[in-house]
Amino acid sequence: MQTFTLACVLLVLTYFGFRMGRGRALGLVGGKATRLHSLPGYYGYYVALWCGIPAFLMVAAWLTLEPTVLTMLTTSSLPADVQSLSKNELGLVLNDIRNLASGSAARANVSPDIVAAAERYATMRHLGFAAMAVVALAVAVAGLTFARTRVTPDMRARNRVEQTVRVILIASSTIAILTTVGIVLSLLFESLRFFEKIPATDFLFGLEWSPQTALRKDQVGSSGLFGAIPLFAGTLLISFIAMCVAAPVGLLSAIYMSEYAHSRVRAVAKPMLEVLAGIPTVVYGFFAALTVAPFFRDTGDLFGLSISSESALAAGVVMGVMIIPFVSSLSDDVINAVPQAMREGSYGLGATQSETIRRVILPAALPGIVGGLLLAVSRAIGETMIVVMAAGLAANLTANPFEAVTTVTVQIVTLLVGDQEFDSAKTLAAFALGLVLFCVTLALNVVALTVVNKYREQYE
Amino acid sequence: MSEVVQVGTPSAAGRPVAVRDTKALVAKSLKRRYAAERRFRLYGVAAIAFAGFCVAVLFVTIFSNGYTAFWQTNIRLDVTLYPQDIDPQGDRSPKALSTANYQKLIKQAFGDLFPDVQNRREKRKLFDMISPGATFVIRDMVLKDPGLIGKRVQISVPLSDDIDQFAKGFIKAETPESERRVKDAQIDWFQRLKDRDLVVTEFNSTFFTAGDSREPELAGILGAIMGSVFTMIVTLAISFPLAVGASIYLEEFAPKNKWTQLIEVNINNLAAVPSIVFGLLGLAVFLNFFNLPRSAPLVGGMVLALMTLPTIIIAARAALKAVPPSIREAALGMGASPVQVVFHHVLPLSMPGILTGTIIGMAQALGETAPLLMIGMVAFIVDIPGSPVDPATVMPVQIYLWSDSPERAFVERTSAAIMVLLCFLIVMNALAVVLRKKFERRW
Amino acid sequence: MDMTNVATEMTDAAPHLPSHGHSQAAGEPKFVTRGVTVHYGEKQALFGIDLDINTNEVTALIGPSGCGKSTYLRCLNRMNDTIPICRVGGSIELDGENILAKEVDVVHLRARVGMVFQKPNPFPKSIYENVCYGPRIHGIASGKDDLDEIVERSLERAGLWKEVKDRLMEPGTGLSGGQQQRLCIARAIAVDPEVILMDEPCSALDPIATAKIEELIDELRENYTIVIVTHSMQQAARVSQRTAFFHLGDLIEHGDTDQIFTKPKNEKTQDYITGRFG
Repeated sequence: MQTFTLACVLLVLTYFGFRMGRGRALGLVGGKATRLHSLPGYYGYYVALWCGIPAFLMVAAWLTLEPTVLTMLTTSSLPADVQSLSKNELGLVLNDIRNLASGSAARANVSPDIVAAAERYATMRHLGFAAMAVVALAVAVAGLTFARTRVTPDMRARNRVEQTVRVILIASSTIAILTTVGIVLSLLFESLRFFEKIPATDFLFGLEWSPQTALRKDQVGSSGLFGAIPLFAGTLLISFIAMCVAAPVGLLSAIYMSEYAHSRVRAVAKPMLEVLAGIPTVVYGFFAALTVAPFFRDTGDLFGLSISSESALAAGVVMGVMIIPFVSSLSDDVINAVPQAMREGSYGLGATQSETIRRVILPAALPGIVGGLLLAVSRAIGETMIVVMAAGLAANLTANPFEAVTTVTVQIVTLLVGDQEFDSAKTLAAFALGLVLFCVTLALNVVALTVVNKYREQYE
Repeated sequence: MSEVVQVGTPSAAGRPVAVRDTKALVAKSLKRRYAAERRFRLYGVAAIAFAGFCVAVLFVTIFSNGYTAFWQTNIRLDVTLYPQDIDPQGDRSPKALSTANYQKLIKQAFGDLFPDVQNRREKRKLFDMISPGATFVIRDMVLKDPGLIGKRVQISVPLSDDIDQFAKGFIKAETPESERRVKDAQIDWFQRLKDRDLVVTEFNSTFFTAGDSREPELAGILGAIMGSVFTMIVTLAISFPLAVGASIYLEEFAPKNKWTQLIEVNINNLAAVPSIVFGLLGLAVFLNFFNLPRSAPLVGGMVLALMTLPTIIIAARAALKAVPPSIREAALGMGASPVQVVFHHVLPLSMPGILTGTIIGMAQALGETAPLLMIGMVAFIVDIPGSPVDPATVMPVQIYLWSDSPERAFVERTSAAIMVLLCFLIVMNALAVVLRKKFERRW
Repeated sequence: MDMTNVATEMTDAAPHLPSHGHSQAAGEPKFVTRGVTVHYGEKQALFGIDLDINTNEVTALIGPSGCGKSTYLRCLNRMNDTIPICRVGGSIELDGENILAKEVDVVHLRARVGMVFQKPNPFPKSIYENVCYGPRIHGIASGKDDLDEIVERSLERAGLWKEVKDRLMEPGTGLSGGQQQRLCIARAIAVDPEVILMDEPCSALDPIATAKIEELIDELRENYTIVIVTHSMQQAARVSQRTAFFHLGDLIEHGDTDQIFTKPKNEKTQDYITGRFG
């Protein structure tokens, strides 16, 4: 709320800066705007930018750093015995302090040290904010006055404003790079910490996965097993089942719609596939767990097959249904990119439509279709909610689709959801799995996008 | 000249060439080929039909499971608000009124309906039939109008979820008693209530006005909706300006060099990175590095903004690209600066396309679950969030949480929540379609 | 298999192929078209064309762009069926049978009336696969050896064999433009059609490649009835025996090529061939 008020004040100040810059420029030339280098508004923008940008950057910097700084200060002011606690326990204490300070926890049963620390924390936060607000406002006013003195009729206000705009545009385009860098660094950093505890070879080639680490050091079986092969196998099994559903159905429906279907059929079928594409994955997960899995189990019972109610089959089939529109729209693009001349050449020789499709169009479109399917595979591998809700948790190393298997994404979710200390091998394992997931999907995407782009260029 | 001449040159010597009757051979092949043609067509029809079947089954399942959640089985109860129970001091202080033992009143009123039930265990079973939420109904009434104390009021309070499910026919009397959550005695009592015309089925407004709860009959989706709203506001506020800025730069100003190529490849790849990886990013950077609050829509919105950014950028670039160069040339020819050209002409013209892409990206973000699980938006939160930094959950996560609950009544509420979520998505997508139709421009 | 061996045999045998027993002698009408009209949606593109096309002759269709000559050509093997909004009226008889009739099988028809297009359009497959595509789908060849033989003979006849015999398995798209077009001709004759329709086959080619194709057309005349749409009057004069002049969807004049180019009866024809318009 305070932040919001401060932002509003700054905005008003910025607007004031705009009026001032504009007024000053006009005043200098006695209202004859033609004697200015730029339009009067640009002088306004110039002053407003000087007023607003530094101040807002200040606020943003403080807001991101505030928790870290406060935590550091609080920790250093705690009694020595508390400071010497292990990192995890210290984290719990700090959490208590924060809760106390924000008033969301009761004061009963808390040591006076902690209460004092909480009070300090709260005061520091208020002080910090107040100081920051004062500094930000001062910066804004300083920027405003400075820019105002710089306004002269000859100043190239437009060029300066436009230069700033360009810098802002460039900055926003680098966010994509920053995101990737952020992903890579955070995954890599945590994974390296994981590999300090568990050797990378054990992780990548181990056959057993049971990440339950013991609570106490002396407990039996204290170190969990982090062999990820069963997870990879499970992921591949489910993705394979999904592709078995999605590839033929998606491809055939794309072919039917682009080559055969009457425009009226297309008008119904296309939106229908779009509906399928727009349904959130959590809904598919619910559908898989509630309807499809029991259906497969009961059908299996009829034929004397024992199908687990968390079978890879159910999760895979539903995931396949989810991917159908994805495959279909990509194939549709690719098939439409095949030049009409190919079709004519084939019809001119007396080929039927299906012969033309199977023997000319599909081979011609093959690279594009393969690229699309690779993208679909990468989607299946990274899909989370369906498997979290419909696949199992136990890491079985099996190729039997009737059994329950678990996947990389399921394990990431199970390892990270709920309260846990951040340093345990269990938590870090999730990042190692995430790193594998990221690398595999990245490789698939790069290959697929290259193939598809090459294919597009071929017919352009 | 050369080989072309030789081609047709007949030569007397040589092996006799088989004379074939192409016409007959082709005619002979026709039947087989048309059969293949029909088969192939049939595959296509089957594929479309399969997709249609999936859509139908999905919607029918969700609807048939969920529509009952919009009704709640209530009981009409005459409760006497004895002053000695509510406000023994008689000072009508708010504190006394809000902490009074209203449950006793409910039990009294409900027990009076069944004077024959005296056994302690039986009584417990009897009181289990009424939702714990009944006490809040009375409390709120009294707090609103303390003048009611001492009077006899008729209220309609929810029955417990099991009885509600029984009334809706999801728990069947035919099932053996040991496997059923509603006991024979309760069925009997419920029948008696019905015979006395005290059972009413009312619109389940709680579902739309309450936050989460452990009791299905008290659980509502408003908390999740508000969480989604705050999350979406943050997502929109971050991703829209950034995406527009990035696409303007890449489409209008960027030189074609290695750096911009890298950005482009990056954006295309980010669009295909699994969403859960963005959750890991949020956990490692926003929560652990910057110490931002857990479970907050602010962080959720930031993560989703990064996730939807590539989608919006790709759509925005397509929209910018669709503006013909002649417009730019015309404006440049008038002496406008490149920045003016973009902000005065190109951007306004491409805005409908950009907005369509943004809405589609936001719809995607609204349905996203996995990354939010990573940053703790999966907690059980009863309060309805009032700002982007309050702990909250969002609609898809609420669906996930409820779908994990064992109570039968939560299945129905999960489906109902899905229906609400789908309604939001349909509205958003319809908006995108309308926008596209209305402002679509063919150059 | 030993292709080179067959090659020698084939050149030696280079058969004077009456392979499908073309019954008519040269000069008799192969196609008899009466009152052919074509509509694209609301727009009429052809206004009642009456034209005979003779067996084992080259008939050239000339006229300015948009005059309907390509549209007419595409009626002869019902390629217009692939355009949904296109309607064809009148009668087109191939050996006395109206090919516009509903019961006529277009697949069968197109096997008899092959087509070569304006832009070379080899399939993105090997040269060999391109040529054997037709025989394969129509079930003409009785085995692998037979197929090899057809491929070789067709390439031979299209004058391409020598250039490509060592790289039959390379993609057809890797050939030069002229070679590609001859590959498309080879592909068409591999089905052993009675008629070959050519829609401006040289418009995308350089003069040398064009000369080769023109020579080829002249050779092919011996065994096939050829209808060629061309923009170039010189080409029409060089390769055809008969010429038909189209203008704005009407057939203005048709007759022996010599006569059309030396003493046209119609003024518009005169204007066109002397280059006053078009």
